[in-house]
Amino acid sequence: MALMTNIQAIAHTLEQQMKKDEKIVTFGEDVGFEGGVFRATKGLQERFGEERCFDTPLAEAGIIGSAVGMAINGLKPIPEIQFSGFMLPGFNQIAGHVGRMRNRSRGRYHLPMVIRMPYGGGIRALEHHSESQEVLFAHLPGIKVVIPSTPYDTKGLLTAAIKDPDPVIFMEPKRIYRAFKQDVPEEEYTIPIGKAKIVQEGTDLTIVAWGAMVREVQKAVKTLEEEGISVELIDLRTISPIDKETIINSVQKTGRFLVVHEAIKSYGPGAELISIVNEGAFLYLEAPPTRLTGFDVIVPLPKGEHHYIIEPKRIAYEARKLIKY
Amino acid sequence: MLTKQFDPLKKKNRMLQILDKEGNIVDEKLVPNIPDDQLVSMYKTMLLGRIADTKALQYQRQGRMLTYAPNKGQEAAQVGSVAATEQSDWLVPAFRELSAWLHKGWTLENVYLYWYGNERGSEFPEDVKILPVSVPIGSQLNHAVGLGMASNIQGKDEVVLAYVGDGGTSHGEFHEALNFSGVFNTPTVIVIQNNQWAISMPTTKQTKSQTLAQKAKAYGIPGIQVDGNDVLAVYAATKEAVKRARNGEGPTLIEAVTYRLGPHTTSDDPTIYRKDEEVEEWSLKDPLTRFQKYLIDKGLWSKEQDENQREEYNDFVNKTFKKVEGSGLVPLEDIFDYHYEEMPSQLKEQYENYKRYLEEEGS
Ligand SMILES: Cc1ncc(C[n+]2csc(CCOP(=O)(O)OP(=O)(O)O)c2C)c(N)n1
Repeated sequence: MALMTNIQAIAHTLEQQMKKDEKIVTFGEDVGFEGGVFRATKGLQERFGEERCFDTPLAEAGIIGSAVGMAINGLKPIPEIQFSGFMLPGFNQIAGHVGRMRNRSRGRYHLPMVIRMPYGGGIRALEHHSESQEVLFAHLPGIKVVIPSTPYDTKGLLTAAIKDPDPVIFMEPKRIYRAFKQDVPEEEYTIPIGKAKIVQEGTDLTIVAWGAMVREVQKAVKTLEEEGISVELIDLRTISPIDKETIINSVQKTGRFLVVHEAIKSYGPGAELISIVNEGAFLYLEAPPTRLTGFDVIVPLPKGEHHYIIEPKRIAYEARKLIKY
Repeated sequence: MLTKQFDPLKKKNRMLQILDKEGNIVDEKLVPNIPDDQLVSMYKTMLLGRIADTKALQYQRQGRMLTYAPNKGQEAAQVGSVAATEQSDWLVPAFRELSAWLHKGWTLENVYLYWYGNERGSEFPEDVKILPVSVPIGSQLNHAVGLGMASNIQGKDEVVLAYVGDGGTSHGEFHEALNFSGVFNTPTVIVIQNNQWAISMPTTKQTKSQTLAQKAKAYGIPGIQVDGNDVLAVYAATKEAVKRARNGEGPTLIEAVTYRLGPHTTSDDPTIYRKDEEVEEWSLKDPLTRFQKYLIDKGLWSKEQDENQREEYNDFVNKTFKKVEGSGLVPLEDIFDYHYEEMPSQLKEQYENYKRYLEEEGS
C-alpha cells in the first residue's frame, strides 16, 4: 500500500503495466522528456526508453491516427491528449476510425488502445481547458468511456482499460489530480469497466455523479444527512457502457433520482440517465428524475466560472426540492 | 525580390537579416524605407510590450494574475510584421501576440482583462479588425485564408496577417491553410513565430525540414526565413509580402526565427527542458536593444528619452493592471448573453432557474 494522488496512481499504473507488457507504448505532446504537462508519464521515458515513451509533434490527428496503425500492427498504444479540449483535431480519427475499425474489418482488426486525457473545470484555466465532453465520445459506437474519481479507482480502472481489447477513452478529472491522497495497493488489480460503484447506501434519494463531482456530492450529502435525508450515492465510473442495473435498482428503492454533472445540460449525459430511469423505474418514482448540470454555455473564463461550477449547496438545494416534491 | 534572394532552399543567405545583433546595419541596400516617426512608434510598442509582459509575469507570481503566456523576446517578430500592414488589414493571432495586439489597437486594459479571466477583454474597438485569441493550435490559419477568400470575392482591398507557432506547423490545418491560400490565391501573410520551443518540444523534434519557411514551396507559394529578432528584417519581408497580396499575387509564408525568453505559460517550468546557456545566448540577440541602438545611431532616440519612456510605461501598466484587478467577478448575464443574437428559451430558463436559486439561497 502507498498513499497516492490521482496523478501518482496514473504514473504508477502505467509503469506497472509497461513493465509487464512490452507492447505498451505511451506518447503525445510533451509526454516523453517532460513526463507530460501534468507529469502523469514522468519517469517512463527514463525507465523504458524513447521507443516506448516519446514526444510527438503537435498534432492530435497524428497522435490518434498513428495509434490506430500501431494497435493494428501489434502494439498497445496509450496516447495522451494534453487537454480534452484539444482532442477535437483528433476527434476525426476517433469518430472516423477508432470506434469503427473492429466492425468495419468484420472483427479482423481490433484496437486495444487507451486514450488518456485530462478534462473538466474548476481550475481557473484558460479557454478550451475546462470542457467536459464525455458525451461526444459516449455517442460513438465501438468505444468505452471511463472516468475515475479516486486514486484507488484510477489504478483499477486504468489497469482494466489497458487490458481491454477495445478502445477506451480514459478521462481524468484534472481538478482532483492532486486534491487528496488515498491508499493504493502495490499489486495489480482491476475494477470492471461498465460497473458503477455505490459510494454509500441510502433510502430517500439516488444521486449519480462521476469525476470531480463525486466529491462535491459527498459534501452535499453530509448536509442532507444532518437534515435527516438519506442519500444513495452512485459513482458512475463508466460513461459508456452505462451500468443500468445499479441505477435502476437504486431508484426502485429510493423513488427519487438526481444526476449531477459538469457537462452541458442539453443532450448531455443526464438526459441519457433519466431515460434509463424512466424506462426501468417509472412506476417507483415519487418525483420527476432531475439533472443538475452545467449551463448550455461555453465554460466561462475564470472570473465567471463560479457561475458555472456546481457547488455542494446547489446540489443540496436540488435534492431538497425532490424530497419535497 | 527578397523571397528570391533569400530562397529558403538555398543554403547561402538562407535567413534575411538587416540589423545584426549589435544593432548595426548588415546591408544598406536592404534597409526598408520606414518614416522616422513610424520607426519610433514601432520601438515604443515593443517597449510597452516588453514592460507589460514582464509585469504580467510578476503579477502572476504575486498571485494577482491568472495563467499568462509570456512573449518576451518576440517583440520584433510581432511589431515588425504588423507595422507592415494597414489599419484596414486583418490580424489573426494565435495566443502569444501581445506586442502585435498593442500595435494593432487591442488595448492593454482589455488584453490584461482577457488574461485575467474576464471575457470582456475580448471586446475589440470597432475599427480594429482583429480575431479573438485562438487557443486550439493551428486552427486559426484557415480563418485567415477564408477572410482573404471573402476579400477576393467581394473585391475588397484587404490583407490578412496571421500568426502561428513552430509547433502549430505540425498541425494538419497549417497545411490545409497553405494549400487553400495557394489554390485560391488569397491575400494572406502567414508569420510563423519560430520561438524554438513548443512547450518542452524543440523545433528540431517538430519537423525534419531544415527551415519552416521552405514548407511554402510544397504549396507553390513564396516563403522566406528572417531573423525574427531583427525588426527591420521582419518588416521588410512582411512589407513585400503585403504588397504582393495587395497586388493580387497571393499568399506568403514568413518564418521569423526568434526566441521565447520566458516560460511557455506561467504554469510551465522551462528549466526542466532547456539550458540556461541557451537562454543567455538568445538574450544577447535581444530585439529591443538592437533596435534601440539603431534608433540612437540614427539620432531618433536617446538614452534619456528611453528612461523617461520606460517610467511612463511602468506607470501606465501599473495603473492599467490596478484597474483590471478592481474589475472583480463577471456578472451572471455576461456568461449567457453572447451565445446567440436572441437567447433561446431553454437557455433563458436555465438562467432564470439559477437566478431563482441565488435569490432563495443567497450566493
Ligand atoms: C490543438 C492543441 N493541442 C494542444 C494544445 C496545448 N498547447 C498549448 S500551446 C502548445 C505549444 C504551442 O507551441 P507553438 O505552436 O510553437 O507556439 P508557442 O506556444 O511556442 O508560441 C500546446 C501543445 C493546444 N493549445 N491546442
